[in-house]
Amino acid sequence: MFGPAPLARTWGVKLNMQVPAPVEYERATSLTEVFDLLERYGPESRVIAGGHSLLPMMKIRLARPEVLIDINDLTELDYIRIDGGELRIGAMVRHATLMSSPLAGEYYPIFAEAEAVIADPIVRNRGTVGGSLCQADPAEDLSAVFAALKATVVISGKSSSRTVPISEFHTGPYTTVVGPEEILTEVRVHLRANAGSAYEKVERRLGDWAIAAVGAMVRIEGGLIVEAGIGLAAVRAEHYSAPEAEQILVGSAPSDELVERAASLAGEHCNPSADQRGPVDYKRHLVKELTTRALKRSISRALPEGA
Amino acid sequence: MTDLQQRPDGVGFGRVIRKEDARFVRGKGNYVDDIVLPGMLFGAVLRSPYAHAKIVSIDTSAAEAHPKVKAVITGALLETLSLAWIPSLSHDVIAVLATDKVRYQGQEVAFVVAEDKYAARDALELIDVEYEVLAPVVDAKRALDPDAAVIRTDIEGKKDNYIFDWGSGDEDATEAVFKKADVIVEQDMLYPRVHPAPMETCGAVADMDPISGKLTIYCTTQAPHAHRTLYALVAGLPEHKLRVFSPDIGGGFGNKVGIYPGYVLAVVGSILTKRPVKWVEDRSENLMSTSFARDYHMHGKIAATKDGKILGLRVDVLADHGAFNNTAQPTKFPAGFFHVFSGSYDLEAAYCAVKGVYTNKAPGGVAYACSFRVTEAVYVVERMVDRLALELDMDPADLRMKNLLRPEQFPYTSPTGWEYDSGEYPRALELAMKMAGYWDLRKEQAEKRARGELMGIGISFFTETVGAGPKKHMDILGLGMADGCEVRVHPTGKAVVRLSVQTQGQGHETTFAQIVSEVTGIPVADVEVVHGDTDNTPFGLGTYGSRSTPVSGAAAAVASKRIVDKARLIAAAMLECSPDDLEWELGRWQVKGDPSAGKTIAEIAFAAHATLELPEGLEGHLDASCVYDPPNLTFPFGAYICVVDVDPGTAKVTVRRFIAVDDCGPRINPMIVEGQVHGGLADGVGMALMESIAFDEDGNCLGGSLMDYLLPTSIECPSWETGETVTPSPHHPLGLKGVGESATVGSPPAVVNAVLDALKPFGVKHADMPLTPAQVWRAMQGRPMRTDMAIQ
Ligand SMILES: Cc1cc2nc3c(=O)[nH]c(=O)nc-3n(C[C@H](O)[C@H](O)[C@H](O)COP(=O)(O)OP(=O)(O)OC[C@H]3O[C@@H](n4cnc5c(N)ncnc54)[C@H](O)[C@@H]3O)c2cc1C
Repeated sequence: MFGPAPLARTWGVKLNMQVPAPVEYERATSLTEVFDLLERYGPESRVIAGGHSLLPMMKIRLARPEVLIDINDLTELDYIRIDGGELRIGAMVRHATLMSSPLAGEYYPIFAEAEAVIADPIVRNRGTVGGSLCQADPAEDLSAVFAALKATVVISGKSSSRTVPISEFHTGPYTTVVGPEEILTEVRVHLRANAGSAYEKVERRLGDWAIAAVGAMVRIEGGLIVEAGIGLAAVRAEHYSAPEAEQILVGSAPSDELVERAASLAGEHCNPSADQRGPVDYKRHLVKELTTRALKRSISRALPEGA
Repeated sequence: MTDLQQRPDGVGFGRVIRKEDARFVRGKGNYVDDIVLPGMLFGAVLRSPYAHAKIVSIDTSAAEAHPKVKAVITGALLETLSLAWIPSLSHDVIAVLATDKVRYQGQEVAFVVAEDKYAARDALELIDVEYEVLAPVVDAKRALDPDAAVIRTDIEGKKDNYIFDWGSGDEDATEAVFKKADVIVEQDMLYPRVHPAPMETCGAVADMDPISGKLTIYCTTQAPHAHRTLYALVAGLPEHKLRVFSPDIGGGFGNKVGIYPGYVLAVVGSILTKRPVKWVEDRSENLMSTSFARDYHMHGKIAATKDGKILGLRVDVLADHGAFNNTAQPTKFPAGFFHVFSGSYDLEAAYCAVKGVYTNKAPGGVAYACSFRVTEAVYVVERMVDRLALELDMDPADLRMKNLLRPEQFPYTSPTGWEYDSGEYPRALELAMKMAGYWDLRKEQAEKRARGELMGIGISFFTETVGAGPKKHMDILGLGMADGCEVRVHPTGKAVVRLSVQTQGQGHETTFAQIVSEVTGIPVADVEVVHGDTDNTPFGLGTYGSRSTPVSGAAAAVASKRIVDKARLIAAAMLECSPDDLEWELGRWQVKGDPSAGKTIAEIAFAAHATLELPEGLEGHLDASCVYDPPNLTFPFGAYICVVDVDPGTAKVTVRRFIAVDDCGPRINPMIVEGQVHGGLADGVGMALMESIAFDEDGNCLGGSLMDYLLPTSIECPSWETGETVTPSPHHPLGLKGVGESATVGSPPAVVNAVLDALKPFGVKHADMPLTPAQVWRAMQGRPMRTDMAIQ
């Protein structure tokens, strides 16, 4: 009945180690080498990207990989480019790069807005897009961003790669469909005309994880919303998304009343739990409030100037 | 900004760049963890994962078998040395290593000494402790329930979790004013458990020389001399063979006053292994196990006439002291100086009653720049005055102005017996209101309210109580709170001043040089400050409770004055005149009516060391010392105004402005004073909006890392607007009052009052700190949360 708290993000409670257990270290210089190393060391090995999620877990010995495979030399995965009508973001793109990318920002202001409130500059200089998605922390902001944008994830293995829609990528808190001998290599987002996006987050203090955060994307054609995406972070929404809210938006003309209804649905259909960031009722309220704000801003961005 | 020196001669008070900055900005500070001794070993502490559990067995064999482990120490071993328990600072004991039970999560259970710190940590995992988990006492309000588990089974016959009852003031007189009052307002409030969280965590390097028997302890201590004496008393070590060395200290805030088990364990480790042992705790250990602050559940009751004359105040406190009563304060005062809670107001009567209880939480209680619980006192009175203003529908500034003590009432004896030394309160509040543009802000607020926007203006007027303290009233474990100081002027006119107090960032190496300079005329640059080494400094009780300037600063001033007096006799001998014919012109004794005939301090110093024949009875050299027993405390004060905006949708608070008028008497170095104020204001914003250590129902600490225990950053802080008034202390030789904790003491209620003022349209009367977005939103719904427990 009595026992150490479930870890949640309460680092340090379980053990106060703050020194990782002994670990071997390998540094890969190419994708092929990564796959070789993964094969050689098996399931007790872990790739390390920015290390801003993995190292803290290792310090309190919650994660105890036997081998670390450092992929920071894989500059081949550090790119943001347009290809095949998609924005393609390599797994090793750092938060700071995505935040200031003119290319990403031109299509989706949600990136810069979300990145500006992820952690702090020190974390953003090292943490990566791939690491964020693979960490699969329920509060990870980029998971909500990519859920709103209905992204596709590229997962590569030694001999093949596959694409997985973001809505099938996460299988639960801290788990994904990436296999033991695979890594995430790229995230793809359709380029959309007449689309708008935005991100809203409330944190207790700069650099804290979200109490709740909401990303939104809408595409408007002929006065009607033809596509909508809502991504939720930190409130245990399945796949970080709010399909009920998205559905009522699609096919309707944008209005305050419609936004209000969608926001209420988003608030109702997530599953936040109470923690020191807030009680359930507040988190639901926040989802509703932030969904309203993100949707309104997305809609105004989607509409042509002066409309 | 190359030279802040105001006076071209480089002498005395004024803005001077801190002497210590030269090393700190270059990363050349020397902290405990920087100390490396030949053959040094490393210690690590195994801590309890449970809040309350019986220790069934401890198996250390696997850890001992680790190739790099040199010793594993358990409570059983310490018992054989009579060191398993040591006296606390409050008539209790604390466990160095648990023997029978663990009583809070994070309590010390075993200590490993190994060749490197990683091996020591690895070996912790090899220790097998079998626990039998017991029901914990987490909610202080239920600690005295008949069915609550008894935490202190180590105390013979103990059947409950009661520690003490203590009261101050005149209860009957207070009852009487309540009877005649038109208005009575009552309010429950919690000052949550918070943590000083100094940048540098606690640590020690213990070095026992097996041949000479001399034990040197390099330690993060704010009170090196007190520590030395305590080690001598507790461990039976001869005091002359003990040297406590406090190098650079990366922040103390009261966290580094007491003796922690880790220090004792490093000493035992060094004695056992005959090698130096370093122990430095990590961040979580610091947050979970070392001295917390506050944790006062308060019930305030204020009485007033209907036109707003405050008559009386009563406060009942339930004090959560954790598993051991280990608060640090003068012996007579189990609630510290809390009984200064009548604050800055002219009341007819006041009474407080404090009840202390044990819970399964870390011990501590007096820390975080609290001036021995003046923080809690200021919070309760400033909240109660605002609650009264709300009830009377009066502006909180008007209500305060009407009730503030008037200058002619000083020295003022408070209803609980304090003698406030000096004050000009209305002047400070007027200045703060003028700087803030108070009435314009109220106008802006009214306009915003009409538009549904939430803006709040909060005031706090505080009276600090610092400089402990007069020996006739105050001691810590029997040691009087007087401090020594020695000043020595070298033959060439340069000087060294030796202090008993210990800087932790306050800039003593600069300000004490300025004090000596101000009195003797020796340039600040020519005065070296020595501190933090018990072998080389006079005895004294250290730095906390903003006592350095009021006590040790006075000692330095008096010793310097003695130098000047002695210099006069020597100058007279040099000039072959009578001392009465000389007058002091800063830095120089000269003949009255003939200023060209005179001798500078440097000339006099050389003569004092030279062959000059001195007058009878006068010894050579130019040295002086002083042990200063302060006649009274000093009472700095200030008026603070905070302006906040609250997002009505998300309930997030933004501190827009903070105006702080401080009166700490004359300012030795205005730049350092402002720095102290800035830091304290940030603390206040932190405590008001985000800091707290809560516990879940199992007694798990929910503030065990800096991801959980939030400290404010520059982003949450506005650009501080500081102002000053100067009311010297009549009893300090230089009129100085101290300022180290003023802002931490004074600012939290200003922020809280501002937020609650913003929430007035929702009918909110009170919500406990920290006013996180969730708490503010809940308050707007009429359902504020308890902030000492896990959020449900
Ligand atoms: C103080 C602090 C505050 C933070 N605040 C926020 C915040 O507010 N919002 C937020 O969203 N995040 C926050 N983070 C997390 C931050 O975004 C991390 O950088 C990110 O979660 C992980 O990225 P990384 O590159 O550091 O991953 P790593 O720590 O290197 O790896 C994380 C996990 O992903 C795996 N992994 C990494 N790359 C790949 C890949 N290409 N393929 C397969 N598996 C991979 C690793 O094996 C590991 O299991 C914070 C972190 C810190 C330290």
